[in-house]
Amino acid sequence: MMSRRYANLRRLSYGVLLLAMLAAPWAGLYPVLGIKILCYALFACAFHLLLGYTGLASLGHAAFLGVGGYMAGYGIKAWSLSPELALLTGLGIGALMGLVMGYLSIRRSGIYFTMITLALAQLVYFLCVQMPQTGGEDGLQGISRGILFGIIDLQNDMNMYYATLAIGLIAFLFIARVVRSPFGQSMIAIKDNQARAISLGYHPDRYKLLVFTLSASLTGLAGALKAIGLGFVTLSDVHWMTSGHALLMTLVGGLGTLSGPVVGAVVLVALENKIGQLGVMLSQLTGINWFATLGESVIMVMGIVFVVCVLTFRRGIMGELDAFVRRVLTPTSTRSSKHDDE
Amino acid sequence: MTQEILGTRRLSKHFKGFTAVNEVDLSVRKGHIHALVGPNGAGKTTLFNLLTGFMTPSSGEIHFNGQSMSTLRPSQIAQSGIVRSFQISAVFGSLSVLDNVRFALQREMGVSFFFWRSDRVLNRLNDRAMELLESVGLTSVADHLADSLPYGRKRALELATTLAMNPTLMLLDEPTQGMGYEDVDRVTRLIKQVAAGRTVLMVEHNMKVVSAIADTISVLQRGRVIATGTYEEVSTNPQVMEAYLGPTSRYGEGDAA
Repeated sequence: MMSRRYANLRRLSYGVLLLAMLAAPWAGLYPVLGIKILCYALFACAFHLLLGYTGLASLGHAAFLGVGGYMAGYGIKAWSLSPELALLTGLGIGALMGLVMGYLSIRRSGIYFTMITLALAQLVYFLCVQMPQTGGEDGLQGISRGILFGIIDLQNDMNMYYATLAIGLIAFLFIARVVRSPFGQSMIAIKDNQARAISLGYHPDRYKLLVFTLSASLTGLAGALKAIGLGFVTLSDVHWMTSGHALLMTLVGGLGTLSGPVVGAVVLVALENKIGQLGVMLSQLTGINWFATLGESVIMVMGIVFVVCVLTFRRGIMGELDAFVRRVLTPTSTRSSKHDDE
Repeated sequence: MTQEILGTRRLSKHFKGFTAVNEVDLSVRKGHIHALVGPNGAGKTTLFNLLTGFMTPSSGEIHFNGQSMSTLRPSQIAQSGIVRSFQISAVFGSLSVLDNVRFALQREMGVSFFFWRSDRVLNRLNDRAMELLESVGLTSVADHLADSLPYGRKRALELATTLAMNPTLMLLDEPTQGMGYEDVDRVTRLIKQVAAGRTVLMVEHNMKVVSAIADTISVLQRGRVIATGTYEEVSTNPQVMEAYLGPTSRYGEGDAA
C-alpha cells in the first residue's frame, strides 16, 4: 500500500533530522537550549503516545514532569544519587503516579477524563507548593549533573547534550516499538471502535491504563532529564499550563505522526526562547517599535501560533508535510481514492 | 429434541417511563438459526445489548449453556462464546483488512499486552486470518485499509472477524441491512454456511432471508415476544399479521401462505 519511494523518503528525512540534531551544537546551537528542546521533545512524545493512540487528552502530565524532576533533583541533592539512578527515579515515580492517576481517570472519556486528570494534577501542584522538599516558591536550585555511569562528566554542556540526545533517542525508538507492537495494534483498534473491541473479548480499560502508565513514566523521565540538564525545577513545571504546552506542541507538530511532537517541541521551545531577539529584529526591519516588546508577550504569541495552527494547518506541520508528500508521490487516479468515494 | 443454549426468563429493560424489553422469555436451541423479527422499535437491538452485557437488565435472567450471565462484563461474555456483530458495520477503519481479523485472533495468543515485541509475532496468525478472509471472499483486498471498503464488504469483513472468535453463539444484528441484492444473497449463503456447528441468533428485516435460513422465528412487538415458531407457523399467526399490517388488513394472509 505504502509506496517504496515514500518509505525511502521517510527513512531519509528521519536520517536528516537525526544528523541535524547531532550537528546542531557545532552549528551554533547553545547546548543548554538544545537540552531544553530535547527534554520538551521527549515530554511531547510521551504525551502524544496517550493522545495520539487513545484519543485521551490529559491535562495531568505536568504533574509527572514536575514530580519526576523534583524527585530526581531531591535525590541528587539529598542522597547524592548518580545521574542514572536519578533518571530511573524520575521514570519510576512517573510510572507509579501514572498508574494511580490512570486508574482513577481512565474509565471516563472526553472532557470528563481531561477534567479528572486536571483536578488530580492540581492536587499534586498544591502538594508541591506546601512540601518543604520541593523548595516551594523558590523551587529546587543548583542540582548538580554529576558523572553518568561513572565515566561521562555531565558538567560539560556538550556531554550533557549528547547524553540527553541518546536518552531521547532511546525513548523515541521505544515509543515507535510500542506503536508497532501487538499492544499498539490493540490500542489503535480500541480507539477505532471500542464497542467492537469489547465484543471481541477485549477489556479496553486495561489497555488504556497501560498506555497511560507508559506515557506517564516517559514524562517522569523527561522531567528528571530536564532537572539534571538545566539544574533546577520550579513550580511552573508542575503547573497545568505545562500540560497545555505539551498539547500545543503535539498539535502544532502533527497529531498521529511519530515525529510531530519532536518538531512541535523544536519549533515552540525555540520560538519561546528566541522571540525576544525575533521581536528586536522585526522592529529594526519594519521600524515599528511595538515589535521590540514581543519578548514580554510569549503567551500571546503562543496563542496566535495555536489559532493559526487550528485554522490553517489542522494536521500540524508533519501531518501536512506527510499529506503533501503522499499527494506528490501517488498518481491522481488510484484505487484507494476511488474506494473513498464509495 | 436439541437442547437450549441460550434462554431468558422474564427479561425486562425499562428506560425512563418506557419499557423497551418486556418480560421476554426466549429460548434459542443449539444448532439453530434463530431469527428475531419485528417492526422498528420493537426492542430487538435492546435485547441484543442485554444478551451481550452492553446493557444491564432491569429484571429477569439470562442463561447461556446453563450458566447465569447477569454478573459478567461484556468482554467476559464475548470470551465465553457469545460474539455479536453490530447494526452499523463495525470494523477497525485504520487497520488493514488482514489486521482486522488478526486483531480478533491475537487475544487468544496472549500477546496483546506485549508492548515491547514487534508486531511481526502476529504473522503467525496470517494463514488462519487469510482462511477466514477466503471464506467471506475478501482475500484480494487483504492489505487495503478497512475504511476504504464499500459497505457490503465491510459487513463481510465484520462476519470474518466475528468468526475468528470461533463463537458458540453468534448474534448478528441486521447482517444484510443496506446491502444490494447480490450482497444479500451472498451473505445469506455465508451465514448458512458458517452456522454449521454453531448457533445463530439474528435480527433481520428481510423476510426472504429469514424464510430461507431461519429454523425458528420469534416476533417481537413493543418489547414482547408475541409469537415463536417456524416461518409457516409465525406468518399465519393473526397477532403477527396485526402487528405488521394493522388490525383491519387481511392482505397478509395470502402472501404468507
